[in-house]
Amino acid sequence: MSSKKDSELPVPPKSGFSRRGFIRGVGIGSGALGTGLLETEAAAAAPATLGPGPVPITLNINGKPVNLTVEPSVTLIDAMRNYLDLTGAKRVCDRATCGACTVIMAGKTVYACTVLAIDAQGKNIETIEGLATGSALHPVSKAFYDNDAQQCGYCTPGFVMACKGFIDEHPSPTEEDVKHGLGGNLCRCGTYMGIRKAVLQAAKEMKGAVKNG
Amino acid sequence: MANTPDYHWPPMDQRKVIGTSPKRLDGPVKSSGRAKYTSDLKPQGMLFGAYLISPHAHAKVTSIDTSVAEKLPGVKSVYVAAPAGTEMQYQGWEVAAVAATTEEIAREATRKIKVEYEVLPHFVKDEDLASAGANAKQGGERLVGDPDKAFADAEAVSEGHYGIPVVTHCCLEPHGQVIQWMGDSINVWPSTQNVPGYAGDLSQRLQVPATNIKVKMDYIGGGFGSKFNPDAWAIVGANLSKNAGGRPVKLYLERNAEQMIGGNRPSAYAKIKLGGKKDGTITAWQTDSWGTGGFQAVSPGQQPYVFTNLPNIREVRTAVSVNAGTQRAWRAPGNQQASYLTCCAIEDYAHKIGMDPIEVFKLNAQYAPTARIETYRYQLDKAAELADWKKLWRPRGQNGSGPVKRGLGVAIAAWGGAGHAGKARAVINPDGSVAIETGTQDLGTGTRTIITQVAAETFGLPMSQIKLSIGTSELPADGGSGGSSTVGAVSTTTRKSSMNALAKLYEVVAPSLGAQPEELEAVDGHVRVKGSPNKSLTWQAACRKLGSTQIAEMGENVPRSAQAEGLNTQGAAGVQIADVSVDTETGIVKINRYVAVQDCGLVINPKLAESQVFGAIIMGIGTALFEERIMDAQTGRVLNPDMEFYKLAGIADIGNLVVHMDIRPENDKRGVIGLGEPPAIPICAAVGNAVTNAIGVRVPTIPMTPDHVLAALEGRIG
Repeated sequence: MSSKKDSELPVPPKSGFSRRGFIRGVGIGSGALGTGLLETEAAAAAPATLGPGPVPITLNINGKPVNLTVEPSVTLIDAMRNYLDLTGAKRVCDRATCGACTVIMAGKTVYACTVLAIDAQGKNIETIEGLATGSALHPVSKAFYDNDAQQCGYCTPGFVMACKGFIDEHPSPTEEDVKHGLGGNLCRCGTYMGIRKAVLQAAKEMKGAVKNG
Repeated sequence: MANTPDYHWPPMDQRKVIGTSPKRLDGPVKSSGRAKYTSDLKPQGMLFGAYLISPHAHAKVTSIDTSVAEKLPGVKSVYVAAPAGTEMQYQGWEVAAVAATTEEIAREATRKIKVEYEVLPHFVKDEDLASAGANAKQGGERLVGDPDKAFADAEAVSEGHYGIPVVTHCCLEPHGQVIQWMGDSINVWPSTQNVPGYAGDLSQRLQVPATNIKVKMDYIGGGFGSKFNPDAWAIVGANLSKNAGGRPVKLYLERNAEQMIGGNRPSAYAKIKLGGKKDGTITAWQTDSWGTGGFQAVSPGQQPYVFTNLPNIREVRTAVSVNAGTQRAWRAPGNQQASYLTCCAIEDYAHKIGMDPIEVFKLNAQYAPTARIETYRYQLDKAAELADWKKLWRPRGQNGSGPVKRGLGVAIAAWGGAGHAGKARAVINPDGSVAIETGTQDLGTGTRTIITQVAAETFGLPMSQIKLSIGTSELPADGGSGGSSTVGAVSTTTRKSSMNALAKLYEVVAPSLGAQPEELEAVDGHVRVKGSPNKSLTWQAACRKLGSTQIAEMGENVPRSAQAEGLNTQGAAGVQIADVSVDTETGIVKINRYVAVQDCGLVINPKLAESQVFGAIIMGIGTALFEERIMDAQTGRVLNPDMEFYKLAGIADIGNLVVHMDIRPENDKRGVIGLGEPPAIPICAAVGNAVTNAIGVRVPTIPMTPDHVLAALEGRIG
């Protein structure tokens, strides 16, 4: 089977940036979230337990802070879909296998089914809803359209985000790179031939674009 | 109407939109994530549903207590699907369900339902027929000609055993729906391949008049044959909604349940014996086959596949019942299995007599249905050419001395694909706007796009001027999208309704052009007199003559008379060749190249047709190399109800695909034929034959995993 790129696996906690730190941080006050400074400040605070009931959190999605109240066990994909009506990303395998829930978090593609919503605080989360404004298509979406890289389309938003993340890191991929780099997403209708072409087209069109732009 | 319009498709060289490849109309909304699937919906007041399913393969519910779950804050409704006394026949059987204000609460509540089971004996493995005992039900013997004499006279006889396991549909969007039952009316947003048939079925099961049931679905995340009827979960969801005072309830299967009970393709195993001449002619065929479709047993399809006119046949088919989820139609029901068994057995016969299998297939194409004989021979040659067969193919086992062996394998397919019964309405408004309304659904196959192409062609208008409405029960009913029947139906109903509407328009417009209605045509945005392009009106000007009266005309596809009309027909043929490399040290199979030659009559959109064939091959490569529902004999449970261990093919697993649409004029003139199924049929057989050709020994059982390949190489049973 294809190997998965690191960039498509959930981001491991960076030093001083742990789930516990976040939980404590939320206890201090969510107003400071999103600044990126919180985890170091929180490290010194006393341990606190959150949940199992709902807790208020703030997610920074597509450049905007969004407040919601969820149980600590709620995943990012469920928070997006059930609480925020951001339904582009899909819940399919729910176990970090298929990539239908792919979003870009802190610049890396992640499986949103395997990230807790509370752990996603303080990071920039980019979803397919934020890719383009108005009715215009982002170059990756347009490339999928141009190359007939979708059938039922249920895997497509995840694939588009995985492609976006992949191209951000590999601006000039070869077809072999594409086969390797997109191995973390699955399609049941069998649109891979179109996707291979779409990624190459999108990479070409995005040359010179600002990273994450 | 004075004259019935001439509905025939325009000649190939006169088509302007049909036969071209405009991009799929739902592409932008899907690739930008804006397409709302029913599983994305959240109507006002919606509750989240969650299921409790049976952990046992076979058990009786002795008691069930929902009192704790009901008291959980946020729980609005609890429904028991399997009351005490229910005997459940497989793991995943629906026991109870909860609707609550959040999904987390609903799930938590299902865990608080106390169920006591009396666990009963189970049987879940059907590979070995001898162990099936009373679970096996043998059908009668089918006898054609005199097989005993034919085998006695045969110059060569080959024997083999072959197996193809249960695989699941693994739709990415699981089965389910959002449903709201208020009083005597129901709103339902299902994930279904059958929008037009859904209300009727639900009506019978809930005793609500069909006229009070509104069904709506814009997009579906995969069906592949598994999503037609409302299913148990729609009934459960409806009851949850009713008990919660009519609030809508969202109830979709979790992935594990989806893999257990959301449908599967039956298995097929067989011992097959062939006899024939040394020139490759097969004269005798004997099959003992069995397989399972779950608790409701089904036997494998008839053998031999395609070569149905063989003169001497003996066949016994046995259905095995197991305690596992029930089979559903799986993209060419019965055909992958039948193609696998037949094409592997023929490949083994070719090896036995030392012939190139392509030649053996071509020779025995004489036993295919008469109308398809020459098509198969042409396609076998074409596929061989595209696969460099003559250059690359070596006799079995003669594929070099290194550890990695290359091999080629061929297989064939047949399918019907005629249009189902259906209706469409074409509307012409006085302002010139045009609408097509038909209660069909677009599974991602391109249905929206091809309907719009047919309408644009017929009205002589750009596609952007056609407004299409599909996906609700309030529109003229089309049929369910199964059996590759949609494209034939909707192309016909669109063509006929559009022609009927034009005929009405011509009646109004003709006097002002000084012509008879039947002398008019709609071309390039004008209504004009045939042969006199100067006598014309712009489309807008022609429609203004309607005054305030809209035209709305129906068009119908009646399967019995469709072939005579020439718009759609049935009978598609296909040949595919797999080119693989097998590492004989690791057992890993890699697809180098995969060639498909496919006929499907008149092709409305070649790009979308090619995408359908690509998709069918890719899905097939998954089943050929990776997919299998694995049952545990000891516990009776499914060992891989997930997507880590139920593996689909990924973007790197498929090699390079070469698709050749066989659109020769003799195929085109037959009319439109469905394409969802035909190319999905022969992949397991082609890959299995290629692996066998590469490594020199038959790997009997799909999927071609390292385990099966190494077992065959080591002389263990594969």
